[in-house]
This record gives sequence, structure tokens and C-alpha cells, in this order.
Amino acid sequence: MLALVAAHLVAAGLLPLVSRRSRRAAFGVAAVLPAATLLWALANTGAALGGGLTATTVWSPALGLALSFRLDALALAMIVLVSGIGAVILVYCTGYFAEDSPEATRSAALLLAFAGAMLGLVLADDLLTLYVFWELTSIASFLLVGQGGERREERRAAVQALLVTVFGGLAMLLGFVLLGEAAGTYRISEILAEPPRGPMVTAAVVLILLGVFTKSAQLPFHPWLPAAMVAPTPVSAYLHAASMVKAGVYLVARLAPGFSDLAVWTVPVLTAGVATMLIGGWRALSATDLKRLLAFGTVSQLGFLTVLFGAGGRVAAMAGVAMLLAHGLFKATLFLTAGAVDHATGTRDVRELSGVGRALPGLAVAAALAAASMAGLPPLIGFVGKEAAFEAFLHGRVENVVVAIGLLLGSVLTVAYSARVLWGAFARKPGRDDTAVHRLGPALTVPVWLCALAGPVLGIATPVVDAEAGSYAAALPGDPAYHLALWHGLGLPLLFSAIAVAGGLALHAARARLTPLADRSPLDAQRAYEKTIAGTGRLAVVVTGRLQVGSLPAYLATILVAFVLLPGIATVLAGAWPAVPPLYHAAIQVPLAIVIAVAALAVTRARRRFTAVLLVGVIGYGVGGLFVVDGAPDLALAQFLVETLSLVAFVFVLRRLPGTFTEQRPPRRVRVPKALLGAAGGAAVAVFAIVLSGARTGPSTTSGEFVRLAPEAGATNVISAILVDFRALDTVGEIGVLFIAAAGVASLVLATRYDRRGGRTPVESGQGSPRHEEDVLG
Amino acid sequence: MTTTDRPRDEGADEAPPPFEEWDRPRQAWLLSGDCRGYRQRTLLLEMTTRALFPTVLVFSIYLLLVGHYGPGGGFAAGLVAGLAFVLRYIAGGSEDLGATVHVRPPVVLGLGLTVALLSALAPVAFGAPVLATTTLAVDVPLLGRLETQSSVFLDTGVYLLIVGVVLDLLRSLGGGIERDMRDAGEAR
Repeated sequence: MLALVAAHLVAAGLLPLVSRRSRRAAFGVAAVLPAATLLWALANTGAALGGGLTATTVWSPALGLALSFRLDALALAMIVLVSGIGAVILVYCTGYFAEDSPEATRSAALLLAFAGAMLGLVLADDLLTLYVFWELTSIASFLLVGQGGERREERRAAVQALLVTVFGGLAMLLGFVLLGEAAGTYRISEILAEPPRGPMVTAAVVLILLGVFTKSAQLPFHPWLPAAMVAPTPVSAYLHAASMVKAGVYLVARLAPGFSDLAVWTVPVLTAGVATMLIGGWRALSATDLKRLLAFGTVSQLGFLTVLFGAGGRVAAMAGVAMLLAHGLFKATLFLTAGAVDHATGTRDVRELSGVGRALPGLAVAAALAAASMAGLPPLIGFVGKEAAFEAFLHGRVENVVVAIGLLLGSVLTVAYSARVLWGAFARKPGRDDTAVHRLGPALTVPVWLCALAGPVLGIATPVVDAEAGSYAAALPGDPAYHLALWHGLGLPLLFSAIAVAGGLALHAARARLTPLADRSPLDAQRAYEKTIAGTGRLAVVVTGRLQVGSLPAYLATILVAFVLLPGIATVLAGAWPAVPPLYHAAIQVPLAIVIAVAALAVTRARRRFTAVLLVGVIGYGVGGLFVVDGAPDLALAQFLVETLSLVAFVFVLRRLPGTFTEQRPPRRVRVPKALLGAAGGAAVAVFAIVLSGARTGPSTTSGEFVRLAPEAGATNVISAILVDFRALDTVGEIGVLFIAAAGVASLVLATRYDRRGGRTPVESGQGSPRHEEDVLG
Repeated sequence: MTTTDRPRDEGADEAPPPFEEWDRPRQAWLLSGDCRGYRQRTLLLEMTTRALFPTVLVFSIYLLLVGHYGPGGGFAAGLVAGLAFVLRYIAGGSEDLGATVHVRPPVVLGLGLTVALLSALAPVAFGAPVLATTTLAVDVPLLGRLETQSSVFLDTGVYLLIVGVVLDLLRSLGGGIERDMRDAGEAR
């Protein structure tokens, strides 16, 4: 299974090579892999519905990390959507994108990469594996919505989709870690076999649901989905209707068997689900753009699916599987129809489209089939799902009935916007001329028909869906005798279905009065999102303004105060003053120490920069001398060399700085605190050095062990043995730091050449000049 | 007081060098004799540099190899070699430095890091843990048995990287600032 997922990603990387020859062919080539995946999954149906097919690739056994995959009934249902609809949509793309479309190359590769990531997501049997693919789909969505990033609304929509879903994704990662730690394993199948309990799991569930709600566009995170409709229609159909937005629903379905008995799971899931279904349906009634209309419909249906899977009952879960398949199929059909209408007429605005049904009767019939499935009319798969959904919630406790009434209202709205889609796209509107229509090629109509016909086929072949759903729902509590079927006899569910259809049609009939009403809404989640983003930006500005004041003395003072206080307090509280060390043990140390002390005092008095630099050099050489006296030639050598080099570097820089530090001597009230702080810092260093040198409790590792082992490492020089053998990793890290520092210096000096103020001649250097390019490249 | 008074030597390529330049060094490793103008010229320093530069480089390689047995090692050796280039820069200016070192400093930097990382990872190919070291010995006629540590490769990486850092410093803080000043029309 890993090979299959990897093949998608690799093929996506190679796809631009095909695009270079023919962009349309690239989509055709891309469709092969998802189609093969679908066939593979269907060929393994027996194993999947039985015990499930697993495959694990261990890649870091020491950390317990593995790429585990598992094909079971739920994964199979998702693969039908991800790979089946994926292949159909990629074929549709060959007709949708023009041969010279600049977006085609990118879209083909990204769509295939997305298909691979989504496949990995639904097959993953490991929380962390799942998370990786989850974020990959978010990134693919960002890139596909953003496209070239040339239009403002594309950029805004892409960023909104990314921010919202990745915010939820990160919360979910935290939840996964908590859950994995509580369960002692990250394998999903093992966690579900023995679901852990406790406060940690409660927190984990809340965090995971946050991820679910953002990804599946549940209230109040839903606005990113309608905004993402700026993407090309095949992208919307695939990512934002059929597959990616189902990831959240899928995770609910995956985890529900283990956690649906927790109140912290059911309450948010049912509340958000029902509310999303109602709000989405309501907002769909006022949308004028066909794609936005469908997007609000998707939001509504996602709420419906969340309720069905989250409730954790057997019948509800079976209804969920049926609706999952149904929604993927009918929503893909409708989106592809919207794209085809857009292609044929050049507009998607329901106020402008008129009489398209007469011109494109085939497309209209296909769309009508899909809309009927969405509205829940027999004998389509949508009807089967809706019947089961009503059945699931019409029994038992009061809250179940409340949910059932919520679902009924949602279904009424669903029927109403289904009618609105058909009316908007195909009906002849009074007082409007028929829209000009050009013919559509088979690449645009055949995929629509394929998806549309799957509705009645699955409706008639309900037993197949029933076997699939039954296998998934087997572990859940509920009526074991219930089966998905087209006809359950007269009963409450059928009555509810009839009410939904009648009520929905009535709402559609009253659209003239209803549409302005649905347009107005007291709370706007989109505005809330914008305010949050703007507020975060303002907060960042305030914080940065406070912290980064741009004054070198202020930064130094902060560092020094922190340095004196933090380790200082620890030293005073916990440190022990060691036995007073001897002042010196070699006579030569005395003059060296005096030289260092005098130079240090003189630095503070120096007015000229050059003097100060030289004096600092004297201190450095003096310390090097102390190293020599103490018998550390390696250290002394390095000290002398570094000191020399830094002296040279200082002098280089001093060429461009004024000769003296300040024009006038700063006033007393500035100098005294600075002097006090500096003295405190220096004293603190001295005290730390003495206290810490006496703080060693264990034997010195360097002297004993290292000296014994040094000949074994082939070194008679213990310093070298430490640097290149015992602590070699540190050395590699340090040269990495040096590398970055050198690159930083070069870019600071060469890449940001500045114009000297008051310069007599304009400086012909700076970013953009050819000379600058040369410099940066070396 | 701009310094544009570089010696003009067009035509020096085809014609034999004029009498005054008969002793001008041709070897890239010696100071070219070009300088940043007669005002800044220090003959004593130039002559000393000619003698010292190759010597110091050889010494730095000695330090690199001897590091395992006495004071030295890649870091110190790299600094010594770097200081040789600093000396050369001070004596001859950035133009001269460019004449000597034909590789760009970032390449040296990257080469050093690459050598260090590769030598860190190389033991994995022999089934040993990362950064493991071993003794390399070879019997050479006349010289006898020569021995060194495989960690000398890591040290070589460090050496190259440090040389690269110093050269980069000379390029940015040395030549870069120098050119800034020239562009701004400032006296040096």
C-alpha cells in the first residue's frame, strides 16, 4: 500500500515531463494511477470487508515510528471517492483545461499528488502517518486554490483555507500525541480495540475534533470552503466536495467506535453537525454563484455526515456510509455540471443563466439525477441513506428525536437548494433571453454521466452498499437486524422523507421572498475570521514594537539583567562557596592578571573605537597567556589565532565607523546605570566561575576516562580526541554554526548595501544591480 | 581624494615586460606586485608577505596533520591558513586576493561542510556508527610505517570551512566595505 501511495507522489513529480509535450495528455496519464488504485481496492473487497488488509513498513524502530496501512470497509468506501471520482475528474480535466492553459501543468501534478496524499490518509492505520497525509492534503489544497497567486481573491481564499485547516491540524496533532501516549500505541486499530479513558483522552478528543471541524468545514470554521470556490471547477469538485473535506468526516467515522460513548465526543459532534447542516442549507438558498451554492450545500451535507458518523449507532453509521458514497457521487456530478455550464456559457451566475436546459438537455438530465439523489428521492442512493438516517434517530432518547427533527429541517433545506441548483442552472427565467451556449465535447459530458448514473445504480444495488456499511458498522451498538434497502414499508422515516420533499419544494416556490431573507445573517463567521486575523496582526505589531526597540544598549541591558538575575538567583539559593582557591600558583600569572585588569578598566574609559578594540585584543592575548601558563597549548593557540582574526575583522569594520563612540560624553544619569550594570555583569561572571568550579560532584569525565581512552582513539592529544572523536558531533554542529554565521555576515554586508546619507555621488550599488548579483553569488 | 591611480598596464600581455618590471613575479602564489596605489604601498610588508605566505600555508597543513599528536588540529590550522590570506589582503588588497584564490569563498565553505559531513557519514558504509574513527596505516618504502587517523578527514573539512569563513570575511568585511567606501567617494 505504501508503494501505491508513493507511486502517486513520484508520478506527480514526473508529470510535468508529460505536460511539456501535451497538457491534456498529462491529465489522461494522471488518471491511470487512481483508476488502477480503484481496481486494486475493489479486487481486495473480500479481504477488506473480512478482517482488513494491513501492511506496515517500519522506518524508525528506535522511535517506534512506522508507516502502517490498513484497508477495511471504511477505507474502501473512501477509496471509491478518492480514486474512483479522482480518475473521473482527471479525465474531465482533459476537456476542461485548454491546451495552452498556464494552470494545467501545475494542476495536473498537484491533483495527482493530492490523490496520493488522500489515499495515504484513508489507508493510514497510524495516527502520525495519518497526520502527515492530512497536512499534505491541506498543502495541496492551498496550492490548488491559490493557483498562480495572481488574483487577490485566489490568494486570500488559499491563505484562509490553509490557516484554518492547518490550525485545526496542529490542534489535532496535539490530540493525537495525547491519545497515543494515553493508549501506549499510535496504531489506530489497536487504540480502537482498547480505547483508553481519562482526562488526557478527554483533552485529546476535544483537540482532534477541532481538527475535524476545520477540515470538514463545520460551524464556525465553514467559511473557508465557499471561499475556496475560486479554484478551477475540477479542483472544487475533487478536493472541496468529493474527497478532501471528507477527511474530517472520515476521521469521525474512524474514531467513533472507540469514543462515541463520551459526552465530550457526542455533544460537540451532534451540535456542530446539526447546526452546520442547517446553516449551510440556509445560506445555500441565497447564493447566486452556482459553485458557491453547491459549496454551501457541501457544508450542509458535511454537517449531516458528521452527525451520522459521530452518533456511534449501527444504523446511523450505515446511513453514514450510504450518504458518504451518495454525496461524493452527486456532488461531483453537480460540480462537474456547473463547470460544464460555465464552459458552455461563460457564466455561473444563476441570475444570468436562462434556458440552458433546452440547449443542453443531456447535461440537465444528468444533473437532475444527481439533484434527486441529493434531495433523497427513490430509487437513488441518497434516498436509501436518508431513510436509514431518519430511522437511526427516531428511536430512543429525547435528544435523539431533537437530532431527528434537526435532520428533517436540514433535509427540507436540502430539497430546496437541490431545486434551486436545477432551476438556477437550467430553467428559463422570465424576462431573460436564452444564454448563448456552445457545444461541449465528450470529455466534459461523459464523466458527468458516469457519476450521475452511479446514483441509481447504487440505489438499485443497495445490498452491495449494505454489505459494505454492515462490515464497518458491525462493531457498533444498535439494531443488528436493520439493513439498507429501498423499501422499508410505510413508517415514520418514509413520512419524514415525504415531508422533506414537500417542504423543500414549497420553500423553493417561495424563493422570491426567501432569498433576501437568507442573505441576511446576524452573525458572520467570515467577518469573525477576518477580525481574528487582523487582531493577530495588530497584536504582533504591538509585541514586536515593545520588544524590538532598536536600541543596542537596551538589548545589551536586557541580556545582562537576565544573565545576572536568572543564574544569579540560582547561585545564591543553591550554590555553595568552595574553599577559597589560591590567588595564583605561578608567579607569571600576577603580571598577566594585572595587564588584563588594567586593559579591561581602560576599555571602559576609551573614547575612540580603535583604542577600545586594541585594548580588547590585549585582554584576549592576556587570557591566552594564562592558558599557556596553565599548560593548555591547544587552547592558547586557538585563543591567539581567534583573537588576531577578530582584531583584523574589527579593524576592517572600523574603517566605516566614526572614530569615537559618541560626539559628546553622555550625561551622568546615563553613564552611572550603565557602569553599575556592567560591573554587576562582570562580578556575576566571576562569582559563577568560582562557584561552578567548586560545584562538581562526580569525577571529572575529561581527565580520567578520556585520557585512558585517548590512545585507543589513536590520539596522544586529548583535546584532539575530544574534538574529533568523543565529541565529534558537537564539532560538526559547531562548523554548521560557523557556516551559517559566514553566510549571514556576507549577506548583511554585501546584500544590503546602503546608501550613505549625505554621500556626494549617488551610489550605483544595491539590490538589483548586476554588481550586487555578482557579490551575492561570490 | 579618490584612489584611481592604479598602475596602467595595458599591453603588458603581448609585449615583453618593460625593464622596470623584469622581476615581477609570475607565480600566482606570490604577491603580484599590483597594489592599491602608491600611497598605501608598504614595500616591507609586501616583501615579508611574499616570503611568509607560502610558509604559513605549509605550516597550517603541518598543524592540520599533527593535530592528533600535539597542539593543532583542523580549527587552529584553518585559522593559521586564514591569517595567511589576511596578511596577503593587507599587503596586496582585494584585487591581489582575487588573483590568488580562483575559487569563490562560498565554494570553499560549502566544500568544507560537505567534506566534514561525508566523513562523518562514511563509517556507516562500513557498518560502523556515524563519526566512528579508525587508524589508517600504510607502509611506505624508505619512510617506514605511516599512521594517521580517519578523523583527519573530518579535520580537513573543518580546515576548509574555516579557511572559507576567513576568505568570506575578507570578501565581505574587507573587499565589500572597501568598495562601499570607494563607491561613496570616501577617502581610505
